[in-house]
Amino acid sequence: MTFESILFETSAERGDETLQPPDFFTDLNLDQIVEAITAGKDDYNLKPFFFDPLTDVAAVEYRHQVFRDLENPTLLEHVQTFAKSMARMREHLAQVQKIRYTYEQDAWFLEALDVYCAALTHLVKHLSTTPLTSRGFLALRSYLTTYVRSDRFRALVAEKDRVQAKLATVDYAIVIKDNGFTVRKYESEPDYSAVVEATFEKFKQGAPKDYRVTFSSHYPDMNHIEAQVLAFVARLYPGEFGLLGGFRERNRDYLDEVVARFDREVQFYVAYLEYIAGFRSAGLSLCYPKIAHGADKEIYDYEGFDLALARTLVAKDSIVVCNDFHLTKAERIIVVTGPNQGGKTTFARAFGQIHFLGALGCLVAGNDAKIFLFDKLFTHFEREENIDNLRGKLEHDLFRLRGIVDQASSSSVVIMNEIFTSTTIRDAIFLSKNIMERFLRCDLLGVWVTFIDELASFNQKTVSLVSTVVPENPAQRTFKIERRQADGLAYALAIAEKHHVTYRSLKERIPS
Amino acid sequence: MKALLMYKDGDFDLGRPLPWNAAALKQDLELNTLFNVMALGDRFLFDVAQRAVLASECDLETIRYRQDILRDCLKNAGIVSDIYAIAVEADEGHRKLYWAGRHPGSILWGAVDLLQFLVGVLKKLRRIADSHAAAFESEGFSTLFAVLTRELSDEYFVTVERHLKHLQFRHGVLISAKLGRGNKGSDYVLRQPNAPERSWLERIFTPSPPAFSYQLQPRDDAGARALSALRDQGVNFVANATAQSVDHILGFFNLLRTELGFYVGCTNLYKTLANKDEAACFPEPLAEGMRSHSFRGLYDVCLTLSMPGRVVANDVAADGRDAAIITGANRGGKSTFLRSIGVAQLMMQCGMFVGAQAFSANVCSGVFSHYKREEDPSMKSGKFDEELTRMSEIADHVKPNALLLFNESFAATNDREGSEIARQIVSALLEKKIKVFFVTHLYEFTRALWENRIGCPIFLRAERQPDGTRTFELVEAEPLETSYGEDLYKEIFLGGRAEAV
Repeated sequence: MTFESILFETSAERGDETLQPPDFFTDLNLDQIVEAITAGKDDYNLKPFFFDPLTDVAAVEYRHQVFRDLENPTLLEHVQTFAKSMARMREHLAQVQKIRYTYEQDAWFLEALDVYCAALTHLVKHLSTTPLTSRGFLALRSYLTTYVRSDRFRALVAEKDRVQAKLATVDYAIVIKDNGFTVRKYESEPDYSAVVEATFEKFKQGAPKDYRVTFSSHYPDMNHIEAQVLAFVARLYPGEFGLLGGFRERNRDYLDEVVARFDREVQFYVAYLEYIAGFRSAGLSLCYPKIAHGADKEIYDYEGFDLALARTLVAKDSIVVCNDFHLTKAERIIVVTGPNQGGKTTFARAFGQIHFLGALGCLVAGNDAKIFLFDKLFTHFEREENIDNLRGKLEHDLFRLRGIVDQASSSSVVIMNEIFTSTTIRDAIFLSKNIMERFLRCDLLGVWVTFIDELASFNQKTVSLVSTVVPENPAQRTFKIERRQADGLAYALAIAEKHHVTYRSLKERIPS
Repeated sequence: MKALLMYKDGDFDLGRPLPWNAAALKQDLELNTLFNVMALGDRFLFDVAQRAVLASECDLETIRYRQDILRDCLKNAGIVSDIYAIAVEADEGHRKLYWAGRHPGSILWGAVDLLQFLVGVLKKLRRIADSHAAAFESEGFSTLFAVLTRELSDEYFVTVERHLKHLQFRHGVLISAKLGRGNKGSDYVLRQPNAPERSWLERIFTPSPPAFSYQLQPRDDAGARALSALRDQGVNFVANATAQSVDHILGFFNLLRTELGFYVGCTNLYKTLANKDEAACFPEPLAEGMRSHSFRGLYDVCLTLSMPGRVVANDVAADGRDAAIITGANRGGKSTFLRSIGVAQLMMQCGMFVGAQAFSANVCSGVFSHYKREEDPSMKSGKFDEELTRMSEIADHVKPNALLLFNESFAATNDREGSEIARQIVSALLEKKIKVFFVTHLYEFTRALWENRIGCPIFLRAERQPDGTRTFELVEAEPLETSYGEDLYKEIFLGGRAEAV
């Protein structure tokens, strides 16, 4: 069994990495999500993995399997231990690059190799006792087992052990006098500080002031005097240092390419699982979505939520409201209407997020979901006016929509959020209806958040969802999005009252 | 010594915080474009420009005081730029020379060095005052030149130079001192040397174990440092006094640079507009309680600065009106017009010229903007909620006689409800004597104003020709119900126009 990558089953799938996020990233708050997932993992440069949705069902399945294996906490822990070791190894190697003195570099190189050999040995040992089912991890186990049994790897470990044992025997002393110093072998002289302390023990009263200065011992840079000392030590122990130098010389290319790639790529899964753990412990569900593609356009998600919003809410111990949707048969576009601040935009984002993250082969928000594997995803969210754009805002919107209509296919997903708000209601209705007709003719799937009730009952291909309020107190939102007829009530005045900006409130607030 | 170029009797404080809504104003009125042209890439000038422009001075006397000084600057641009260069030289000089170290000895050395430099700069300034004072007419410049001539006399310079010579201590420093504390080390273990166990005979016949030695360079740095420390303690007080004097002089130059910097920025802007053949005039500020907004050829200064050609200008006579409602075609110049109102108000109230052929308006107690915004990235609230949150913040700060600019506000809900909210808010504002300019598509709102005659608004409309093309000029006219979105749709979806976006 050959092993290529934990992200892609075949090398053909592993193309060039995409460095820029897709256009819709900000609209769907995927930028925040990916930022949160990859936080603290900058060294791995994981973001490109989150920019490239898969278009093949088998490729999605490959990742689902790997995720399922890694949901076993024992395996996850072993992988994380391995990752920490590899990070420590890279730190040591970076140190080798930073410093100037050869004997110092040699030592950090030896340290790096020690970490590498141990990390691999441990990982192989643990993989062999952990039940694995994914094609990815099975192939990895077979690859690594062969690798650590190879002559090359065994010889490396043996040589490393010998050099370490030799260096452990080195000890020396520095004698500093006037404007100079002398280095020689250590001759078992006693600790003088202890001698002095013992001498004055009788005067001690209470806790003395601490005059010690703290020196950073983590990768201290060597100055030329310290380097000179080390150079003398090397002359005192030429055999040991000769061995060390030779070791580095012979083993420069020790790092296995496949191992290095696995180390980086597996972090895609680890980072994602760490990210979703917080949601799960807050009682929210994430699941492996079923995948619809081609002519199958039934999609649904039960108990879904917006990951970006949920993260801030969970952090504040606030309640996250989950929502459902289900499109069957001829149904294609969900039209969301209802009071403002009722969770409409959040719903639209969640819809986009599950489709995008699902296409990355990730778990999605919800306890049962089926998503459509899109060819292209489009969003159109209200944008701010910009002086550089001298075309009117409406004209700009229409150009963008024309671009979407031209590029979209029947396998595309479109998410529209409150467009045409800068024009009159009459224009907005006219334009929305025309665009809707074009979308439906294209047979694409999507969500359209709008204040235009007329869109909600467009035809049998549109499904009306409405954000709801608490009946007794219209200013209080439930954030529940329910499948029912649009009712035309937006409760704007209730919000105005909440902010004290009604006529009566303003008259009281503003001084005369 | 003070510059007094911004206030007749006070300093312009760069450290004063920007108004609470500075970020919104900058964004909505595109003010960075204005500041950038005033600053011409200079970060200091940028900061001065934004603080002066955003401060919205209400005192008519002060505005006229500055207008006079600015007239002098435009007339004597060369001399003013020489004076500014001197202030910059002094202000920047301290960065090159000063605070070379953190020991009293080096502070003293640096302070003396800088004082010598500053005396040279002060002399240059005096020479300019001597030769060019006559060319200036404004009260501000006359006062400044008089102060320079009086305070920086020849006798004064002689005294200063005598002190500077003495402070170099060519003949040494005499010091008395007492002992203090100090020593440092690391993590090595100190060892007690073994006593020699072998006899002299054994030592002669046994080779000594290998050892390697290192000798520092002949110069005794440690000793030199110790001596230097002693000297530092001796000169501590005099270093302090000298350094404080330096700070006082630098403070004057910093004030001069700051206050003159504002006028240099204005001059830069004036030249840029003149090169484009765009008009600039000194506005006539009227009392806060009056209601006046009358102008000819008013254009958006920020827009013209961001594009090659000239921009469309508007004439409006709205004396006695307390509001302006702007409606009409999309991309018909409404936003541009609204921006020109806000920018002109800020420019007038900092003492600057404005982008118009003639301009007169009452000063306002503050300029506020409420523009439609992109979705809140923190997702706390929906769009409409966010708009009302900002409206509420404005209500916390707004006072009678303020100017409030609305750009398509409250449109995040439907026309009927948005109109109702807008009607209530504007009614309350007008009753509180707050002047309102409102660009809107909320048809029911504009009709309500038109029919009920709430306050005393002027209605302006972005025009379009019978063939559908826009003139970008606004005319006084009753609000209409369409925004011509249908035209655009046909043009973009059915017609031949296909532009990449």
